[in-house]
Amino acid sequence: MGMTMTQKILAKHAGLESVTEGQLIKAKLDMVLGNDITSPVAINEFEKNGFTSVFDKTKISLVMDHFTPNKDIKAAKQCQQCRNFADKYDILNYYDIGEVGVEHALLPEKGLVIAGDCVIGADSHTCTYGALGAFSTGVGSTDMAAGMATGEAWFKVPSAIKFNLTGKLNKWVSGKDVILHIIGMIGVDGALYQSMEFTGEGLRSLSMDDRLCMANMAIEAGAKNGIFEVDDVTLDYIKERSTRVPEVFKADPDAKYNRVIDIDLSEIKPTVSFPHLPENTKTIDEAEKLNIKIDQVVIGSCTNGRYSDLEIAAAVVKGKKVAKGVRAIVIPATQQIYLDALKNGLLEIFVEAGMVVSAPTCGPCLGGHMGILAPNERAVSTTNRNFVGRMGDTSSEVYLASPAVAAASALKGYISGEALK
Amino acid sequence: MKAHGIVHKYGDNVDTDVIIPARYLNTADHKELASHCMEDIDKDFVNKVKEGDIMVANMNFGCGSSREHAPIAIKASGISCVIASTFARIFYRNSINIGLPILECDEAAKDIEAGNEVEIDFDSGIITNITKNKTYQAQPFPEFIKEIINKGGLLNSIKK
Repeated sequence: MGMTMTQKILAKHAGLESVTEGQLIKAKLDMVLGNDITSPVAINEFEKNGFTSVFDKTKISLVMDHFTPNKDIKAAKQCQQCRNFADKYDILNYYDIGEVGVEHALLPEKGLVIAGDCVIGADSHTCTYGALGAFSTGVGSTDMAAGMATGEAWFKVPSAIKFNLTGKLNKWVSGKDVILHIIGMIGVDGALYQSMEFTGEGLRSLSMDDRLCMANMAIEAGAKNGIFEVDDVTLDYIKERSTRVPEVFKADPDAKYNRVIDIDLSEIKPTVSFPHLPENTKTIDEAEKLNIKIDQVVIGSCTNGRYSDLEIAAAVVKGKKVAKGVRAIVIPATQQIYLDALKNGLLEIFVEAGMVVSAPTCGPCLGGHMGILAPNERAVSTTNRNFVGRMGDTSSEVYLASPAVAAASALKGYISGEALK
Repeated sequence: MKAHGIVHKYGDNVDTDVIIPARYLNTADHKELASHCMEDIDKDFVNKVKEGDIMVANMNFGCGSSREHAPIAIKASGISCVIASTFARIFYRNSINIGLPILECDEAAKDIEAGNEVEIDFDSGIITNITKNKTYQAQPFPEFIKEIINKGGLLNSIKK
């Protein structure tokens, strides 16, 4: 029987001719990732269990992005523990202040993941790298510790849902709107334990930033991984960043899917996810009729803190001012994105519009720091989760949206697409 | 191996942010994490939970973040087993990896109520609701996973 893209990558890394849905396998890993929150737990387990070496010092990434620049003494100690571990084992890809970016923006940018790779990360949004044609999934700290020690992880081979994309996105509509639309359609457990495989002629019109954003949120539908068929856009992106040779896996024509869902990109409208689940979606037209007043806007994160996201937000707010009473926070996801935004005048546009620009950090996305909400406050955010208490007080509310909608809402002081009309 | 205790019941899509809010992730200390377990949906949980108690929920338990701090906080609070209709996959593997027993059983998840006294036999997968005098059959673990559990968690199972 035919295999999906995911199954082919897993078979290759397990050293098997073929694999089938439900099979338990051990796969070799090309990258093991952790951050300043999950790595300390992994390091404790690694050391407690008496491991004294890592499988490959070039295939581990430790990214200090969540509570950095260190928000308090405890957070500082967690980074210190990671730094000491990286020094001790000579971990090549250790990223701290000055080099660090939000992990899932940073690794693709540095060329640390390429098509055909098998990657685990102790962060749920590790599924982002599926945009590059890799198998990549989030795990916990114990899996990370085992991965660092052995270079292997166990997996249950997933079944898949195929998304056949056609058409082209309209102006102001982005990958974020597509993935929110999909999560609204299939639900937060709609792809539980499965792969989401994106293919079809509509792919061509999606930029790498759009694809990275979509794969990033596969976890919000419960998926094990999201993966995009590799094309010239992917290969050009990889070529600019890595000297390794990518391996392209295409699904077999007779691969089995649990569902095939057709998405016409030209029909997607700007979409907003209402509290407190990403599946609670409304189009911007429905949302703005509800006159929802907002207190904060966040533009950033591993979902939407890339250069094109900032470029879109800047195009919306250029020469205008955010509404009085709205605190607008822009967070370039990496140092490179920050520098490009600086050189090209985007940061100036943000500051003149009354927005604040932060150093790269996950920060407010998970209610860490740099923009926490008070009781009953509301935020429009380009991040990925709107769970209870995600950005602050348990009575606060997060509305997920694209950078265009977030910027337009910042100008209006309400959830609004007015500036995009 | 058996578990026996009083049930704490929750609904659908209990996410890892409410199991252990990110504002407490600046520590990896098990006891400290446990002291904030479930705080954002059930402030009283940490006061009423007793050693051996059982947590029961509906669909997609543990969705969201990969933080292993979530099953750690539940285990360190004294919970002996979590039963749900379905689990989010990262939470599922984290629980197995750290040795927190979890069972998927839709019938039990729907029928068991808060405060019920429940006993679980992990070898047979039989869940007994002593309060309601009913039994439910959970999916037993695959052999591969039993081996990890029997060896005392993932890291013990891979030690040479």
